Amino acid sequence: MKISPQEVAKVARLARLDLPQDKLELFAGQLGDILGHMDKLAELDTDSVEPMYSPVEHTTVLRPDEPRKEHGRDEVLGNAPRQDGQFFIVPRIV
Amino acid sequence: MSRYETVIGLEVHAHLKTRTKIFCACSTTFGSEPNENVCAVCSGMPGVLPVLNAMVPEYAAKMGLATGCEVNLKSVFARKNYFYPDLPKGYQISQFELPICEHGSVAIEVDGQRKVIGLTRIHMEEDAGKNIHSAAENASFVDLNRAGVPLIEIVSEPDMRSAEEAVAYLKELRSILLYLGICDGNMEEGSFRCDANVSIRPVGQEALGTRAELKNLNSFKHVQKAIEYEVARQIDLIEDGEDVVQETRLYNADKGTTHSMRGKEEAHDYRYFPDPDLVPLVLDPAWVEQWRAELPELPAAKRTRFMADYGLADYDAVLLTAELAVADYFEAAAKAYSGQARKIANWVVGDLLPSLGETGIAAGDCLLTPARLAGLLTLVDDGTISVKIGKDSFRDLCASGDDPAEYVRARGLAQVSDTGELEAMVDRVISENPAEVEAYRGGKTKLMSFFMGQVMRLSKGQANPGVVTKLIQQKLS
Ligand SMILES: [Zn+2]
Repeated sequence: MKISPQEVAKVARLARLDLPQDKLELFAGQLGDILGHMDKLAELDTDSVEPMYSPVEHTTVLRPDEPRKEHGRDEVLGNAPRQDGQFFIVPRIV
Repeated sequence: MSRYETVIGLEVHAHLKTRTKIFCACSTTFGSEPNENVCAVCSGMPGVLPVLNAMVPEYAAKMGLATGCEVNLKSVFARKNYFYPDLPKGYQISQFELPICEHGSVAIEVDGQRKVIGLTRIHMEEDAGKNIHSAAENASFVDLNRAGVPLIEIVSEPDMRSAEEAVAYLKELRSILLYLGICDGNMEEGSFRCDANVSIRPVGQEALGTRAELKNLNSFKHVQKAIEYEVARQIDLIEDGEDVVQETRLYNADKGTTHSMRGKEEAHDYRYFPDPDLVPLVLDPAWVEQWRAELPELPAAKRTRFMADYGLADYDAVLLTAELAVADYFEAAAKAYSGQARKIANWVVGDLLPSLGETGIAAGDCLLTPARLAGLLTLVDDGTISVKIGKDSFRDLCASGDDPAEYVRARGLAQVSDTGELEAMVDRVISENPAEVEAYRGGKTKLMSFFMGQVMRLSKGQANPGVVTKLIQQKLS
């Protein structure tokens, strides 16, 4: 197998995905198929091809260093599930 | 000689002195109200697109050029994935495979030994926000003002062999950043931060030992102490037959110790991949040449020139060139002064630097301007005032901005060289101290300094010591 159920569980944990135990085999199989196809592509000789980092035709886009304020703090905090008008409030971390 | 060799590599994070954040137009002003400088991009709202601040690659490339790096004309931004509430997107935009600069070096000097420290890479990235934890409210409070502030991370090779070398390297890097004007270098506010990778190995062994990564080092002193503590800790472990564990350790400044952060961090598994929101950064070679042409004289070059042009000792040259404002002050004063520049150096190192350190005033803002310092030294040289009066007046002059000649005149501080006036004082000292006169005549010539001290006291420090010495010798011989 290209990827073990244990590896699938690890990647899921890193991505904070709640994967049911009984689905690990299923996903390991599906992900393994994808990786297998990558191996197939890797058979091509690409030594003389420059790696593509973005599918977008690249022109460097730069922005002038000029400050602009788009939103007031109340707007920024407005969508948060919990806030006190100053801070976003989250469950205690440490 | 220890049986172990210390191996240190440093990762330095420097805030770039831009007006706006790296990928949005929010202000980078330090100390604003919480979440005042936040927008949809830096708070990680869905569907927004980052756009690179033009100053960031310029500053990063300039640091690379100043440290002999190759500047990659094409570099790529990558996502570093991890979850923490101060990182709203769930990833930090950084660079991984293709950083903007690679393969540089920085020369340092420790105990007169010159050494070159390799720079692996310099890359651009965004800073995270800040958390405040409250046990009482069982909650953490998140401020995203700092999220998205541009950083460069400067990664060294594991080339340093002692805490002193690590500190010398950091000071040199900070100095270069300040000369370039791209970072304010403030360690306490976190705009110049350092993590240290520390390991030990038996002398002669090629393979590196297991390393610990030290964090929370927010002054040069902490860097020094944390590394020293960590090296001793690792030697103890190995001598006791135990293993050093690869882990992140926090420095505790109060105790001077490091402790493990184990359990608080997920294993480093960041699953980097190119950020599809950002196209590769392609630099025009003409820009790079322009930036190279704009580089100022750097600390190392200035140090060499100061030693050659002004006859300075190495030690003084290091102190005078660490900060550009001090170097400029010294040079302006040396040009305004007709005597030896070394004298100016003595006053700047011995009097100006401590005074600036206490008052927190920048050299460029000192009211005793370089021209006035030159004036003060000239008053000492031509005998108008004694060295002691000059030194005593120094801080007053720094605070008041008075012209030294005016100051001396207004306070009647001019040295007394008038033989008649001094003779009267010498006579008085001789008549008041018959026992000492007797002893002096009997051969205890060391008492000269006693008589000198008495005359100085009578003259309130204003007697010309050369004239007084001659008078005492004449009268007691
Ligand atoms: Zn923003």
